[in-house]
Amino acid sequence: MSESTVQVIRPSQGWVGFRFGELWRYRELLFFLAWRNVLIRYKQTVLGFAWAVLQPLLLMVVMTLFFGSFARRAGVPGPIFYYAGLVPWTFFANAVSQASNSLVGNANLLSKVYFPRLTAPIAAVLAALVDFAAAFAVLVVMMLAYGIAPRPAAVAVVPGLLLLALATALGLGLWLSALNVSYRDVQYVVPFLIQIGLFASLFASNIHREPWRTLLGLNPLAGVVEGFRWALVGSGNGFSRMAGISVAVSALLLLSGAVYFRRVERTFADVV
Amino acid sequence: MSSEPAIATEGLGKRYRLGIRPTAYRTLRDTLAERLRRVGHGVPAETVWALRDVSLEVRPGEAIGVIGPNGAGKTTLLKILSRITEPTEGVARVAGRVGSLLEVGTGFHPELTGRENVFLNGAILGMRRAEIAHKFDAIVEFAGVEQFVDTPVKRYSSGMYVRLAFAVAAHLDTEILLVDEVLSVGDFAFQRRSLGKMQEQTAAEGRTVLFVSHNLGSVKVLTERCIWLERGRVREIGPTEEVFRNYVASYGGESGSGFVDLSDLTRGRASTPLAQEVSFETLELLDPTGTATGAHLEGEPITVRLRVRAHTGIRRTRLQLVCRLATADGAVLFSAASGPRLVDLEPGLYETAFTIDPNPLSAGGYVVWLYAVTMSDVAADRGQDLLRSAARLTVEDNRSAAGDDDGYTWKEKGLIRVDYPWNPLRAASERVDTPLTTLG
Repeated sequence: MSESTVQVIRPSQGWVGFRFGELWRYRELLFFLAWRNVLIRYKQTVLGFAWAVLQPLLLMVVMTLFFGSFARRAGVPGPIFYYAGLVPWTFFANAVSQASNSLVGNANLLSKVYFPRLTAPIAAVLAALVDFAAAFAVLVVMMLAYGIAPRPAAVAVVPGLLLLALATALGLGLWLSALNVSYRDVQYVVPFLIQIGLFASLFASNIHREPWRTLLGLNPLAGVVEGFRWALVGSGNGFSRMAGISVAVSALLLLSGAVYFRRVERTFADVV
Repeated sequence: MSSEPAIATEGLGKRYRLGIRPTAYRTLRDTLAERLRRVGHGVPAETVWALRDVSLEVRPGEAIGVIGPNGAGKTTLLKILSRITEPTEGVARVAGRVGSLLEVGTGFHPELTGRENVFLNGAILGMRRAEIAHKFDAIVEFAGVEQFVDTPVKRYSSGMYVRLAFAVAAHLDTEILLVDEVLSVGDFAFQRRSLGKMQEQTAAEGRTVLFVSHNLGSVKVLTERCIWLERGRVREIGPTEEVFRNYVASYGGESGSGFVDLSDLTRGRASTPLAQEVSFETLELLDPTGTATGAHLEGEPITVRLRVRAHTGIRRTRLQLVCRLATADGAVLFSAASGPRLVDLEPGLYETAFTIDPNPLSAGGYVVWLYAVTMSDVAADRGQDLLRSAARLTVEDNRSAAGDDDGYTWKEKGLIRVDYPWNPLRAASERVDTPLTTLG
């Protein structure tokens, strides 16, 4: 038994750091929690994993029916215009809602076992990536069907945008999951936030008047949706104007979320 | 291995704010309202120390028990050492990989299969994937659920579910293991096996175990040293046997000290003039160490010692002493009778005793009745001294130590425990051999 394995347990004071090393040691648990989230998500449903694709597809149908004119103005068929935006949006919405419930939903785990608490929201966000992959595959099929080729830049832009959506979802998820432990009000706020976010992200490109357009850039998902459409289906004029603000907002959200999470983490087991 | 303690704590304490624990959650409005109230009246939130000033050292390879009544801080201590919750003050040093079992089957999901749950639960308990894969067959075999590994655990019987959960826990082999009450649920025979497995590893691999339990029996089987917590503080640390005796004696207060003064002849007894000649003086209930106590352990002998005073000289008289043991609601379990003995007694104090051994009493509360009758060798009954409820005693759960291994508690079997061996099953003919009785 080496000295280095001695764990000192004392009341923590002030800032305790992110403990990335520990998070890394628990990577297998992170994987198992994400895997469990994926496994149980569609258990005992008739359509099972198909729901991962059906959710954005059904929204696509509704939007094409009611707001088809926006797509026509962008010069892209309605279904693909909306679906290309809904794929990252659905990922984001699922990731946030699952992450915000990740601590309360695992209350039993929190009060019975030690593990780095950050694992729970991260696993929730990672699990949502699996749904994203399925929905994205359908997007590729649709692009082939419509004969739409992505821009060459998509190879770099799409992963970058996905990372941006992921960081934003995690940042928001950290805030909401930690707040949810003490304040269950969060459970009522999240669905509402997601409904508003849906419109603020998918229809942001239709707003051209300043300062609203820059303001909408504060919503990183507006940039992500816009970027997906630009790179994959060739609508719009890029996202460069909003990109800077989006990245900054996302980074701020992630950092502040992680700091807040780590600060209140010590009382989770007592409060949850 | 160094001589450094595996676990050392100094002045460890944990304070809870009252109200945090009991209510499930708070809303923002509650917090705001409370803040405002406190600002208004300057009233600090009420707090309670669940644990205070706990300093202890556990050597590597040692198995140590933690006992105490509900709310003594046992689980809080375990939660701090396993880092589930932070201490409010003090420091603890833990050397080595820690596995904590605050319950079995933490993280089990009903929709997942046995196999999936083993991996998930193993990972939650801190096992590596390779380690779980390596032990998987052993775990499943130990639980006896081989045919059902790919069935969702919600379809398991509750027994299978608990066995599988236990099996994973029993295969956890960290250097330090913190165990809380997990042995108090489910199939008892299986718990014994798991306990055995843990013990095996403790002995063979020098693993340090901190074991919290209400079941004094299993604490005794597993540990040499014991910590007695009371109201968050350490009341006693020492050899298990010793701490145990004091603990049982302390909580036996309710059941009496095991020493009863019976010399007051006016005290509720149904006595005839005999009492003027011979009467009970004292009654003592002794544990195997010879200590008088009202609280005894299941399966351990109880010695009943009686002192009798002869007030006058007694000549050629048959004296019979009877000690009856009854349940708290008055059902007589047995009478230990001395048998009528011809005695010649000078005035003075006399002493006798018998031992309830083997002790067949299951855990519970009992009442001792005393009864003395005399018969002259020529005439009939000359009188009696009868005391109903002369003393009370309790028997504490001690089932693991008693080696009772068939999955029932004694309570379920009845008030007393018997051990009648059955013949092994053997093949029998289909034909009924009993000759038919011809009627009429």
